[in-house]
Amino acid sequence: MSPPLLLELQGVQTHIGAYHILHGVDLAVPSAGVTMLLGRNGAGKTTTLRTIMGLWRASQGQVTFDGTPIGGPGTRKSPPDMARMGIAYVPENMGIFADLSVKENILLAARQARSADQLDTARLEWIFGFFPALKKFWLHPAGKLSGGQKQMLAVARAIIEPRRLLLIDEPSKGLAPAIIQNMIDAFIELKQASTTILLVEQNFNFARQVGDHVAVMDNGRVVHAGGMHELADDDALQTSLLGLSLGSHQ
Amino acid sequence: MSTVDIDTPLPRVRADLRPVLLVLALAAIALPLVGSFSTWVTLTLAGLAMGMIIFIVASGMTLVFGLMDVLNFGHGLFIAIGAYMAATVLSGMADWTQSGSLWMNLAAVLPAMIVGMLVAGAVGLAFERVIVRPVYGQHLKQILITMGGMIIGEEIIKMIWGPQTLSLPLPEALRGAFLLGDAAIEKFRIVALVVGVLVLGGMLWLLNRTKLGLLIRAGVEDREMVESLGYRIRHLFVGVFVAGSMLAGLGGVLWGMYQQSVVPQLGAQVNVLIFIVIMIGGLGSTVGCLIGALLVGLMANYTGFLLPKAALFSNIALMVAILLWRPQGVYPVTNR
Amino acid sequence: MSFRLLSGDPPRSPLLALALIAIVALLATAPFLFPGPKSLAVAAKILVFVILVASYDLLLGYTGIVSFAHTMFFGIGAYGVAIASIRMEPGWTAVFAGVGAGLAVSLAFALLIGLASLRVRAIFYAMITLAVAAAFQTLVSQLSDLTGGEDGLNFKVPQMLRPAFRPFSEPVFGVTIDGRIITYYLIAAVCVVLFLMLLRIVNSPFGRVLQAIRENPFRAEAIGYRTVLYRSLSNLLAAAFATLAGAMYALWLRYNGPDTSLSFEIMLNILLMLVIGGMGTMYGAVVGASLFVFAQSYLQDGLHLIHDAVTGVAPLALLFEPDRWLLWLGILFVVSVYYFPTGIAGRLREFARRR
Repeated sequence: MSPPLLLELQGVQTHIGAYHILHGVDLAVPSAGVTMLLGRNGAGKTTTLRTIMGLWRASQGQVTFDGTPIGGPGTRKSPPDMARMGIAYVPENMGIFADLSVKENILLAARQARSADQLDTARLEWIFGFFPALKKFWLHPAGKLSGGQKQMLAVARAIIEPRRLLLIDEPSKGLAPAIIQNMIDAFIELKQASTTILLVEQNFNFARQVGDHVAVMDNGRVVHAGGMHELADDDALQTSLLGLSLGSHQ
Repeated sequence: MSTVDIDTPLPRVRADLRPVLLVLALAAIALPLVGSFSTWVTLTLAGLAMGMIIFIVASGMTLVFGLMDVLNFGHGLFIAIGAYMAATVLSGMADWTQSGSLWMNLAAVLPAMIVGMLVAGAVGLAFERVIVRPVYGQHLKQILITMGGMIIGEEIIKMIWGPQTLSLPLPEALRGAFLLGDAAIEKFRIVALVVGVLVLGGMLWLLNRTKLGLLIRAGVEDREMVESLGYRIRHLFVGVFVAGSMLAGLGGVLWGMYQQSVVPQLGAQVNVLIFIVIMIGGLGSTVGCLIGALLVGLMANYTGFLLPKAALFSNIALMVAILLWRPQGVYPVTNR
Repeated sequence: MSFRLLSGDPPRSPLLALALIAIVALLATAPFLFPGPKSLAVAAKILVFVILVASYDLLLGYTGIVSFAHTMFFGIGAYGVAIASIRMEPGWTAVFAGVGAGLAVSLAFALLIGLASLRVRAIFYAMITLAVAAAFQTLVSQLSDLTGGEDGLNFKVPQMLRPAFRPFSEPVFGVTIDGRIITYYLIAAVCVVLFLMLLRIVNSPFGRVLQAIRENPFRAEAIGYRTVLYRSLSNLLAAAFATLAGAMYALWLRYNGPDTSLSFEIMLNILLMLVIGGMGTMYGAVVGASLFVFAQSYLQDGLHLIHDAVTGVAPLALLFEPDRWLLWLGILFVVSVYYFPTGIAGRLREFARRR
């Protein structure tokens, strides 16, 4: 029995100025699981996320979230609309506000809280469990954090309040293996709490541990979609899709 | 950058105090040049008062640029409006301003400030809608069109009040100076300083202690991310623009009273000073704007005393020197 | 031949060509068609401003540099001639010395300001030029020994250009030829040459690089052009042409003062003329300057007429007071920036292309 689809892209094309990046993306993201979006650099993964979030307009095709069209010619939704529908976006560059403290970054992401004392302390402690550095540097300007800590903050912002869909772009980039493990644990718990995650990743080991479903992109299209286990067990398929034998990667 | 992260000691967050030291340095250098201590005190207080007024008018513009990337070359118009409103209101309340009682005088100045702010804010709202909104994201057009807007505004001022210089006499009790030892301290400058400090305090409180302020500070850094977090920043912008024009109006009231006269070209005249200040301060930085304003105010008063002919040039030289040191201003906003 | 004369950059629109030919013809025959001091003054002003605005087009329209210091160079040229004619024996030597000195000072300033643009962003640059121009104007007013301060300088021009000079005793085509008319044609000849030179510059390989830099400075740099060099050269050239325009203006007026050549109002006028005429076209400068100077001189009369007609209705009367012509020009400016971003010349070319 296939789970209902939370997010669906059909024939989505995106142009950025003169560049035609997405050439007809068909993507199905089932609820309450992690869908990995894999592919080489330049395949269009980031563009796909940005199109879903409304940062870039799809020139053709349709993006549907929980049954509601949110993208494509004809829809007029903008990023704040997406966020209010329960979609959180963690960009590749993390989008950290460097002049604001860690606390202020998180406060901003918590739309329900008027001030810091209104933050859900239980939830905060839960987040600190995965990312202890955030507790340590709570009052420090976010710009002073290391790259890995900024990644943690970016993800923490997306989960400070329950969201229905998380769009995360390469969260493990530049992270040390120990921190990556923390992040894997965080995603697994989120998944168990019925959050849907669409995750762009280059690190196949990370992907394999966290992902339930996988979509591989190349040249602005999805060229393979299926279950993570099938892909993880099939070395030949991995090589043809991703150009290298990922089993040899740690 | 690994597990060591968690164990490393907390870095000392050192605030960058060098620009603040610059202000103190300027005052210190002026002392021997001026010679007399009492004169130096007078000049320094005058400079700080003027600096505060300039800060009030410039802060709006730097926030507007920082938040929405809009260059308003017509910001001086709101200042002129404030000044003219002050002239009108104060002359209308002549019996209050001519009374020797300090309270009656202040009771006349307060409505002048409120009216100045409200009218400037209303004009700001119209300005944003008609002149600025259609040219978001196009800097060249913004420069041209906001200048055009200022020309139109200036002409309308001429239409209503006439092209000549209007005098704006200070209310009785605020005239003159009182003596602190040998130094003459003009009463009105104290008022300007107090108002300035109140405004500064209010702004810092808003920016640092409220969620709205948080939004503004974040928006200055990364507008797109703030939108992705769910906030409709366009609405915020109109609010900030109007607030900026209201501040300019308030500053205009003070400026008019400081100069004791108003001319239609007031806007264009102050524009140049504002640009120098926000360039020194860094586009988008409130504290930088304060530093820049204080430096400019002090410099104007010191050179006004020492080398009157070099006044405007000295401020430009100051700006060039600072830009050579930090090309983005003393407190550039990160990520821009 | 005309194609090569125009450096391969013809008007490319029949309407535009027609307008230009008409303007040129009128200017060429102005002393005879419209005798009288005022109309000749208007015509001379148009000539001077065509070059001033065209030089600004080189900077803004072709290189994409926003500068508010252009009037500074205009003023330097004018003051050069004026001061030289007062300090030395008035005559051609003084004029050439003045022009030479003016050029030297302008180029020095242009170089300095150009260097500033290296370290700061474009927006900062615009504001810096604003501040520098304001400071320069103040400085000039204050160095009254040299510049005559607020009152300016009246000076004598070479013999041949003086009003009293009459080369012919008989009127030619019904008009007595005097020094003023000779001055007029001298200015016209110089302006024609300068304009053609500007056309040559913008249509040369150098000009194309400038446009590339305007469109995308990073790409230009990536291709291998030293944008710094090209921008500085553009600055210098624009300053030089503006200086020459200033020198001619002073020769015509036999006077120069801070309000005549340095005021911010003139800078705004240049912007108006360029935006309304059409940036990045050179011909836009011709159209814009002609229209603007003409309107400036005669609009007041036009407003006067309307004003008298609506005196009954108080607020309307206020709006149409002859002194309020700048208000209308300001409104026209704002409207142009929205609806005619390419200006008149640009619009006419677009029409022609669509046919």
